[in-house]
Amino acid sequence: MITPVLQIENLTVAYRRGGEWLEAVRDVSFHVHAGETFGVVGESGSGKTTLALAAMRYLGENGAVKAGRITLAGRDLLALSPVEMEPVWGKQIALVPQNPQSSLNPSMLIGEQLAEVLRHQFAMDAVEANRQALDWFERVHMPDPDRVANSYPHQVSAGMQQRVLIATALCTEPQLLILDEPTSNLDVTTQAVILDLVRELIRGRQTAVLYVTHNLGVVAQVCDRVGVLYAGEFVEQASTRELFSQPLHPYTQGLLASVPLLGETKEKIHLWAIPGQIPPLGKLPGGCVFRPRCGLAVQICETQPPLYVSGLKRVSRCHRWEEIQKGEVGDWRVPTVSKVSAPGEDERRRLVLNLDALHVDYPQRPSLKEMLRHRPARKVSAVRGVSLAIPQGRTVGLVGESGSGKTSLARAIMGLTISSAGSMELLEIPLPASLSQRDLATLRHLQMMFQNPEEALNPFLTVGETLRRPLIILLGKSRAEADREVADLLQAVRLPASYAARLPGQLSGGELQRIAIARAFASNPALLICDEPVSALDVSVQAAILNLLLELQAESGSSLLLISHDLAAVGYLADEIAVIYLGSLMEVAQATDLFQTPYHPYTEALLSAIPLIDPTAEQRPIRLAGDIPSPTETPTGCPFHTRCPRFLGEICQKETPPWREVKATSKRYYCHIPEDDLRAVQERLPVFGQPLTG
Amino acid sequence: MTVTLKVSRAPGAALIWGRRLACFFKRLYAKPLSAIGTTISLIFLLIALAGPLIAPYGENEIVASDARQPPSTQHWFGTDNLGRDVFSRVVLGARQILVLSGLGAFLAVVSGAFLGLLSGYRGGWIDEGLMRFFDSLLALPALLLALVLLGTIGHSTFSVVLVIVIVYTPIVTRVVRSVVLSVKSKGFVEAARLQGESQARLLFREIFPFVLPALAVEAALRFSYAIFLVASLGFLGVGVQPPNPNWGLMVKEARNYVDQLPWALYFPAGAISIVIIGVNLTADGLKRAWQAAD
Repeated sequence: MITPVLQIENLTVAYRRGGEWLEAVRDVSFHVHAGETFGVVGESGSGKTTLALAAMRYLGENGAVKAGRITLAGRDLLALSPVEMEPVWGKQIALVPQNPQSSLNPSMLIGEQLAEVLRHQFAMDAVEANRQALDWFERVHMPDPDRVANSYPHQVSAGMQQRVLIATALCTEPQLLILDEPTSNLDVTTQAVILDLVRELIRGRQTAVLYVTHNLGVVAQVCDRVGVLYAGEFVEQASTRELFSQPLHPYTQGLLASVPLLGETKEKIHLWAIPGQIPPLGKLPGGCVFRPRCGLAVQICETQPPLYVSGLKRVSRCHRWEEIQKGEVGDWRVPTVSKVSAPGEDERRRLVLNLDALHVDYPQRPSLKEMLRHRPARKVSAVRGVSLAIPQGRTVGLVGESGSGKTSLARAIMGLTISSAGSMELLEIPLPASLSQRDLATLRHLQMMFQNPEEALNPFLTVGETLRRPLIILLGKSRAEADREVADLLQAVRLPASYAARLPGQLSGGELQRIAIARAFASNPALLICDEPVSALDVSVQAAILNLLLELQAESGSSLLLISHDLAAVGYLADEIAVIYLGSLMEVAQATDLFQTPYHPYTEALLSAIPLIDPTAEQRPIRLAGDIPSPTETPTGCPFHTRCPRFLGEICQKETPPWREVKATSKRYYCHIPEDDLRAVQERLPVFGQPLTG
Repeated sequence: MTVTLKVSRAPGAALIWGRRLACFFKRLYAKPLSAIGTTISLIFLLIALAGPLIAPYGENEIVASDARQPPSTQHWFGTDNLGRDVFSRVVLGARQILVLSGLGAFLAVVSGAFLGLLSGYRGGWIDEGLMRFFDSLLALPALLLALVLLGTIGHSTFSVVLVIVIVYTPIVTRVVRSVVLSVKSKGFVEAARLQGESQARLLFREIFPFVLPALAVEAALRFSYAIFLVASLGFLGVGVQPPNPNWGLMVKEARNYVDQLPWALYFPAGAISIVIIGVNLTADGLKRAWQAAD
């Protein structure tokens, strides 16, 4: 039998906190062979980063390995002294960390940082090291390697920084490469490019790769085998294909069923929300750690389940795995019992919000030179002429990468940022641009949910007070009436009435977001804007929040403007989707039509960049060159022409494209290429529930 | 059962504040330095409150026969050239210096908090104008500014308080303003604005609790600087006038006889430094306690 590069046996890692040891990782065993990619997937607090750091013996001061063995190519790492570990780091084990910005030295040239590693590890002279550093920059497909080598980290984009770190990690040809969420801070189009790069570089090398992530799609696309980590324990281990086709642990099942797949809609599938939340380290339940949240828990689950081994290299830590395997128990994706009304096309709906050519500019402070010469002030155009209508009771999704202007648009609608041109109408009445000019009746009908639940609620006010205020101010209720209604609101978001006395610091992220939802729906608004409602939450909590939004919307008849970078989530919730790039809409279509050809070239790239949660899906790689341009210097003509894979030529640079309507569908897109020409060059991209041979 | 639970979950306001105060002192006494500082501050506070009960003589009571006595069991800190008991003067002077600087610091903190909230929240020309004006005030050394002001408004106990307020308001304003700037763009403030909350409520109910920790630390610091300022002004002979038992003034008077009566100088000077060290350590402890709470 071949010795695996990394072998971890019964590893237990603990942190010391306030005099007691909390076990963050318990009894974890796995191995990674040369040339193999092993994925560790888990939510925040599951111990995945601890596991990665322990594997390279790089735990902090307060952490220690309490039990188990770690062997690197047959050598016992735990037996080595810190001095003996030093040559192992970098040379044998390399790490690509999560946050490229804080991992590069901001006061050193990028080329020098890579050359330093080469000089140190291979005792190279400076000239040779610099030459090889440039070589490596080319290998990671750095555009213009000379320029990047002579730049400081802040002068290049996050995607480029991540390439530098990948080059730095690989340049010593390590036996084990650990990637800790290398793409989770990147935009989806950049993530796709980096994932391609990782796959290309590890193919043909005998490197063993440990890939740590929370993103199921990334795991499906990159890893050969996967371990699912929950509250510090591996609950399941399997090959990627087996895991995604037939998970044998209720947690894995729940995770997979709680994430909407690309192209899934609320009409077809009901997301399965795992109840509760991950237990904190000090308060682990006895027996099976997943028992309090598990729908299948029975008497036997109160005892700690052993690792059940099934078939070849499959491991599940569930007492009832055999029943799950036979399909006797276990919830799975359940079809929606049509509570959500199907959108009636013929119905003439009242418009709740109508935006016409809305612009949002942020003026820059002029320089002294500009002031003296009376130049017009420079400005950043965050939103450039967006026209969008939201009908009553419908959900419109706004999808874009960071810097696309989606939050600016939301803030302009809310009046928090004053739009510089264009007009807005709420319920067919003109809407003043500034919040101070809006009366209470207008405020009542327009509410917003903020991105970060921890910042959305005042930590010094009790939940009851937070929820009472909109009732008193916007609905004119008395204090006693409001207090009574707070209980109803809490019940509507599935929280006990006793929560009214709690402070936000006593609640979990998911609970906070429920309170934020309750507050937003308190005044029964005509339009609710949700800015990234679930992106700050753990995967297993997201589904519950999405379901709750759907349910409350159905009850209240409010319209939703759902802003997100997550096309799958938007596709699931929204009736209509608008794609935004650099402050301009690129494409607007009904949710079902968006996933059909022809696509706007940007939408096409976006769709093909999303890592599908299905290892068997074959994606056609359409990758975007470069990065999203800075909004201070928006390209002329079509804003997308600098990165467009279907760039035509001069016309794209000089003329603004027309809006084109696609025949027989609801789709319109903003491009010079006519519908038939696009259709001829594009193929249907794989999305859920739509066979490609259709 | 459920009733008791409810009661324990929503205790009365007084109980909450009592608990918070206890917790607060517990934190102050967690580290040795801040424990020493807090103890010193509390002792001086006690002396200021109970001064007349402790002091064996009156502040200006002259025992001519006992003039120029070194420290003894009768006169713990000795007597000065006129025959006044130094210990009694130091003890009785505590109330005056602590009240003057305490009142000054308190008013500076109140006005600074108000201006800081307004300036930080409103922004625009109010902010710009106020900040530039304060910058120009802060460009002058505090003592110089105080001397100029006292020269203008005349020497009295009231004017000393006024000077402390004018000198320290800009500093408090700046501290408060910076906290407001970091809080006002947070989601919950914007959510409150979207719900039509009044500006007063936004400032005092939503934002002010965030300012409180920094303000408490700042209040303690301003207090110690105000003690310093009052003593300095007394030493320079402006502000309070003799025969007031101002520590600074006592040092000034004793300076002339330092060869013969060093005790008359060392004891008031020592009181100044000890109380300032005590209050400063308390401020430091406060800061650390808040940081630990975060």
